[in-house]
Amino acid sequence: MGIDMIIFTVLSAIAIAAALGVILSKNPVNSVLCMITCFVAIAGHYIMLNAQFLFVVHLIVYTGAIMVLFLFVLMMMNLNADIEPQKRNWLKYAGAISGGALLLVLVAALRDASVPAIQSGAPTDIGLISNLGKTLFTSYVVPFELSSVLFLSAMVGAVVIGKK
Amino acid sequence: MPVQYYIFLSIALFCIGIMGVLMRRNAIIIFMCIELMLNAVNLLLVAFSKMWVDAGRIDAASAQLFVFFVMVVAAAEVSVGLAIIVMMYRNTHSVDINILSRLKN
Repeated sequence: MGIDMIIFTVLSAIAIAAALGVILSKNPVNSVLCMITCFVAIAGHYIMLNAQFLFVVHLIVYTGAIMVLFLFVLMMMNLNADIEPQKRNWLKYAGAISGGALLLVLVAALRDASVPAIQSGAPTDIGLISNLGKTLFTSYVVPFELSSVLFLSAMVGAVVIGKK
Repeated sequence: MPVQYYIFLSIALFCIGIMGVLMRRNAIIIFMCIELMLNAVNLLLVAFSKMWVDAGRIDAASAQLFVFFVMVVAAAEVSVGLAIIVMMYRNTHSVDINILSRLKN
C-alpha cells in the first residue's frame, strides 16, 4: 500500500464523514462547517490528481466564497437554532432508503467497468494554468464569454430579488 | 490506483447529497446538498481526466475546463438561490420547505 493509497483513503474518509455530518447534524451552522471540511478534502483529491489550478479555484470559490455566503445568510437570518419539526419520520426513512438504493444500483453497475488505471506517480502538467488557459482561450472562447453573460444576469437577478 | 476507487467515492458523495435533499426540510441545507452533488461529479471528471492523460490522450484538459464551467454555474446558481431564500424568509419567516411549498402567500 503506497503513500498515495494512504492519502486517498484518509481524504476519502474525511470527505464522506463530513458529508454525512452535513445531512445529519441538527444545527445548520454545523452543517456548513462540515461542508467546508468536505470541500477541503475534495480539494486535496484534486491536488492528488495533478489538477493544481482546479485545487486553487476550488478552495477560493467554494470554500472561500460560496460557503462563507451560506454562513452569512444563516447568521443574518439567525437560523442557528434548530427549527426543523421532527414529525413525519417516515419521510426521512423513505429518503434514506431511496438514496441507499441508488447507491447500491450505481455501485453494482459500475463495479466491473473496464477503464484504464490511474498512474499516481506519473506527473503531468495538464492541470497547470498555462495549459488550461491555452485550451480555454482557443477551443472554449464562446462558452467562456457566455459564462460572463451568465454571471452578469445572476448578479442583476440577485440584486433585483434581494432588493424587494 | 484503479479509477474505480474514485468512481465509488463520487457515487458515495452523490448519494449522500441525494439523501440530504430527500431527508432534510431546511432549504439552505438542501442547497448545500446540491452543491455536494455537483462536487461529486466534478471530482469524477477530474479523475477521468487524469486517467486519460495517463492513457496517452493529450486533449484531456477539456474535462478540467468542464469542471471550471461547472464551478462558474454553481456560483451563479448559489447567488440567485440564496437571494430567493432570503426573500422568502422575509415574507414567511421560515425556510422550511413544507411552508415554502405554497408559493403564494
